[in-house]
Amino acid sequence: MAQGPAPISVVSAAGRRALPVTLVNGQEYVALDDVAAFLPLAVREDRQGGVVITLRGRSIVASRDRALVSVDGRVVALPGPLTRTGNRWLAPVDFVPRALGPLADQRVEYRRGSRLLVLGMVRVPRVTTRVESAGAGARVTVEIVPPAGVMTVSETDRVAIRIDADALDVAPVSGTAPAVALVRADQAVLTVTLAPAAGDAKVTATTQDTAARVVIDIAPPGQEPEVSTAAPAPAPAPPPPPLAVATPGVRTVVIDPGHGGADGGVKGAGGTLEKQVTLDVAKRLKSLLEARLGVHVVLTRDDDRAVTLDERTATANNAKGHVFVSLHMNGAPSPAQTGPAVFFMRLDREGEDTRREAGAQAQALPVLGGGTRVIETIRWDLAQARHIEESRRLAALLAGALEGREGSAPAPMQPAPLRVLAGLDMPAVLFEMGYLTNPAQEKAAANDDARAALVQAVYEAVNRFATEPAPPPPAPARPPAPARGRR
Amino acid sequence: MRRTALFGLAGFTALALLGWGVNVGLQYLGRTSSPEVPVAPAPAPAPTARITATLFYGAPDGMSLAPVRVDVPLAEGPVAQGRQILRALLQPPPAPYLAVIPPGTTLRALYLTTGGDAFVDLSAEVSAKHPGGTHAELLTVYAVVNAMTTNLQGVQRVQLLIDGREADSVAGHVDVRRPLERDPSLVRQEPAPAVK
Repeated sequence: MAQGPAPISVVSAAGRRALPVTLVNGQEYVALDDVAAFLPLAVREDRQGGVVITLRGRSIVASRDRALVSVDGRVVALPGPLTRTGNRWLAPVDFVPRALGPLADQRVEYRRGSRLLVLGMVRVPRVTTRVESAGAGARVTVEIVPPAGVMTVSETDRVAIRIDADALDVAPVSGTAPAVALVRADQAVLTVTLAPAAGDAKVTATTQDTAARVVIDIAPPGQEPEVSTAAPAPAPAPPPPPLAVATPGVRTVVIDPGHGGADGGVKGAGGTLEKQVTLDVAKRLKSLLEARLGVHVVLTRDDDRAVTLDERTATANNAKGHVFVSLHMNGAPSPAQTGPAVFFMRLDREGEDTRREAGAQAQALPVLGGGTRVIETIRWDLAQARHIEESRRLAALLAGALEGREGSAPAPMQPAPLRVLAGLDMPAVLFEMGYLTNPAQEKAAANDDARAALVQAVYEAVNRFATEPAPPPPAPARPPAPARGRR
Repeated sequence: MRRTALFGLAGFTALALLGWGVNVGLQYLGRTSSPEVPVAPAPAPAPTARITATLFYGAPDGMSLAPVRVDVPLAEGPVAQGRQILRALLQPPPAPYLAVIPPGTTLRALYLTTGGDAFVDLSAEVSAKHPGGTHAELLTVYAVVNAMTTNLQGVQRVQLLIDGREADSVAGHVDVRRPLERDPSLVRQEPAPAVK
């Protein structure tokens, strides 16, 4: 056993604190009594040499010789078994998000690359910095995902970017240039230090739906910096995403983790099962949507069990959902196929007839106290027919949110006759998050950051769907005006 | 006396002519109702007549369906021809195309209605051995739907049955409870190469 790894930074609403890390058999471990400082857990040994960890009234049972723990009755795999050193119980770092996370009443997310343990709904955007030489000068591009407000301060030898966040998830800087001496992050400030011989720096900040971007153009010595025309025009940075904003018209969101139980869905070559990815993303999405938008989120399944397609539809309709998102991982006959895809319902002739008839068959029925109430009737198995345009809008917003993400291919938007969507009486899409048949995407599907990015995209789409007004329906085509000719 | 002999000769001649006529008539009838007996060694069977059908396989990149012209045996009537087309479609595709229908899937039955609907009953392997995913399932379903609607005049919609029963979907995504129309959007738009 050796000491040595840098501590993990725990970021929560209470601030930032260090969590010491110990190496055990090459794996990073944390002491459970250190973890107890921010998660109210209790540790109790049993007579068989095992240990029971209790958090919020629910238990995790572990033994010293097995890299598996039972979390409230469900088995969770860990990189190594829990171990005891003196009076202290140590657990692999992954124990915190994987075993304690499901029992906690808040988000528990470990960002391995930046060694951040994120607790609760704090803002920790991913910050990616790219340095490129531009002639004798340089360009530094800083991208912040999800977008956050930025304030830049330029001095003679450096540019400081203060990001409106609780902490930064900083990716390693890519590229170098002689004009850039150092890029360093400290708390929520990223500082770009210029080389002594560098010229002036011009800073441009822009914000899009999916990312905020700061571009620093550094001129060669003695010259004015040239701002590339490719850089978007400066725009004021918006405030950070509000918590629990009102979402008119959308109060209940139904998230449908695809497959489950004996139906594992697509299986990747590395063994990743679609049903596991969809459930994990669904739970993350529920936390984010409830915390950020203040909406009620219903999951069609919250554990590994089989749910029929009709049961999923019924759950959503009974909950009177306003938005439905079905989560899936895709499969293709070739491992080369890659990228996300967003589907919405396509109607055949029968469905189109049903849609037309739904309006025509509306009946005005008398109600108690006088007056009437218009009742539209529609076939239960084609209830989606009257939401097609709104579903298309939701699909377009989700596809748009995905296209801006780094490394993601443009997300195709496709109508298709999909079983789970047909009977839904609300705007609905089916989101294929990536191809498990593609080795790179299977690997990415296991990555926390990649899953967080998918969650962020759905959140943005639902938020915009809820808050932006729907475009007016196209005006009916007017009959052509009678031709005017000389008589 | 002489007169009696003349009557007898005429009667005999008439009877002889009647007997000959009946004999010739029976020989003629016998020839048309009995199988021909070959008088010479049978020639080699003529090669089975074939037609060229457009089948749909996975394009080499897996993104779409590729239309491929394939020779299939000519059959009598649309149902028999439909069976030949489906049996050819269920065979492993020629290189470099990719299989979009799980191997081992067989055709159990084919029904055509006068309203232009085809009911294609596939064995359980189409579902049990399906790798899953919306994209892969769309390719599976529309390889069958497009093949039937493209090659059989009068077939406008196709409903898949699995192991003799109506099904919700093949692999949990595509709604196959109702007949489906052809979907050209899944087909790569390029000239179909011919495969013998």
